[in-house]
Amino acid sequence: MTDFLSLEALAAGIPDGAHVAIPPDYSGVAMAATRALIRRGVRGLKLLSVPTAGLQADLLIGAGCVAEIETAGIALGEAGSAPRFIAALKAGALAIKDTTCPAIHAALQAAEKGIPFIPLRGIIGSDLVGRRPDWRVVDNPFVEGDPILLLPAIAPDVALFHASLADRKGNLWIGRRRELATMAHAARRTLVTVERIQDEDLLADEASAAGTLSSLYITAIAEAPQGAWPLGLAELYATDDAHMALYAAAARTEEGFRNYLGEYARL
Amino acid sequence: MPGYSGTELMIALLAREVAGLGHVVAGALSPLPAGAALLAQAMGPTRATILGSRRFNPFGEGGRELFDCAAEGRIDAFFLSGGQIDGEANINLLAIGDPNRPTVRFPGSFGSAYLYFLVPKIVLFREEHSRRSLVQRVDFISAPGGSSGNLMRRGGPKALVTGLARFAFEGRFRLDSIHPGHSLADVEAATGFEFDRAATIAVTAPPTEAELRLIRGPVRTDLAEVYPRFAAGM
Repeated sequence: MTDFLSLEALAAGIPDGAHVAIPPDYSGVAMAATRALIRRGVRGLKLLSVPTAGLQADLLIGAGCVAEIETAGIALGEAGSAPRFIAALKAGALAIKDTTCPAIHAALQAAEKGIPFIPLRGIIGSDLVGRRPDWRVVDNPFVEGDPILLLPAIAPDVALFHASLADRKGNLWIGRRRELATMAHAARRTLVTVERIQDEDLLADEASAAGTLSSLYITAIAEAPQGAWPLGLAELYATDDAHMALYAAAARTEEGFRNYLGEYARL
Repeated sequence: MPGYSGTELMIALLAREVAGLGHVVAGALSPLPAGAALLAQAMGPTRATILGSRRFNPFGEGGRELFDCAAEGRIDAFFLSGGQIDGEANINLLAIGDPNRPTVRFPGSFGSAYLYFLVPKIVLFREEHSRRSLVQRVDFISAPGGSSGNLMRRGGPKALVTGLARFAFEGRFRLDSIHPGHSLADVEAATGFEFDRAATIAVTAPPTEAELRLIRGPVRTDLAEVYPRFAAGM
């Protein structure tokens, strides 16, 4: 059964050192929960961006919550580069597993199927391969002389994201953002914040059922209106571009970042 | 002064590279390719897919669908850039120096290491044409320009468009045309890699009235959905 929790209780469900899958900035990022995580002082997270990250990862890294990140890319969209991420990397304070977008999607799909690895085309010849001792190049066992890359499955401890709507049974409306379903399928536990919770069963109607992720995959839900802010959420609200610019300017320095956290994460 | 901006020139030239193709995709953090794909769509039979857009995006299966779609052969052209691009069309989207402790860190390799192999036509672009961006050898290969031996590879680099010139690519870059107002000496001075010269190096045809009308009208309006700051600055 899906639990319904407060935002702080949901954040408390992510222990220090957890391997946490997070979505890209356009897909429903649990920003209110991220600020709650920072307030509770979580440490040693291993982030998996599916497949890229932005403000959420930059905040967590800057606040000292992250030991390692696996990512295909990280930036603040039109607000520019991710300043705390870059500062941490240059200081040697952050371990990084560089990858490419489809490798993350495919590795999660392997976890969905319960298979230990999955092959993927391309990539061989990229220097990424040399940075990933956990990847293997093998010969296609069915066709001679056809080298192909194998990726180990990725099963995160936790998937954390934000969606517009849940029902009382814990079903979740995700619409076309199906990477959220892949994350939830592959993760051991899935913690979600939502804009609101409705009485009607999302799976009762064919039209809403198609865009619904079943409560089978949802460990806990917390209600958090405007929970993706300052990022946007599908059709409900747009990214707060002025705030993103404010953050990008503040986070250029450690001091500016601390002041930002004090004001917006109540630290 | 020409009657168009550098941004307008880049959008028009990139759109010409993909004119007439069926499905053209612009990736993340890519306003110039997004503008080019939208312009190609406005001028011909092309379907433009803009990552991050809700209006110009056919994908309903999540982030993986773009890559599956490329593997299925349903994408005809894609655009890639690089913090560095070298003479073998290797691109570096990751870092300069040790990637674990870089001196310069770019956003990341994104889908380049995969799409460079699977999309038939890759158009390289970099508005900044300098010895810093166009180098002898990239510090890190996010995605290789070529592949040797029997590696399955369906696509790769076909052209490079910069703020100064247009090169074709067939194992090496070949300078085809130089944009109005620039000289061969300018291009040679600003290019860090060796390149061939076409028998006749043309002057790049500047954006037409029709192209400029579309860029300043519907293309700019549509770009504002995903790239509001970029569109406002056009």
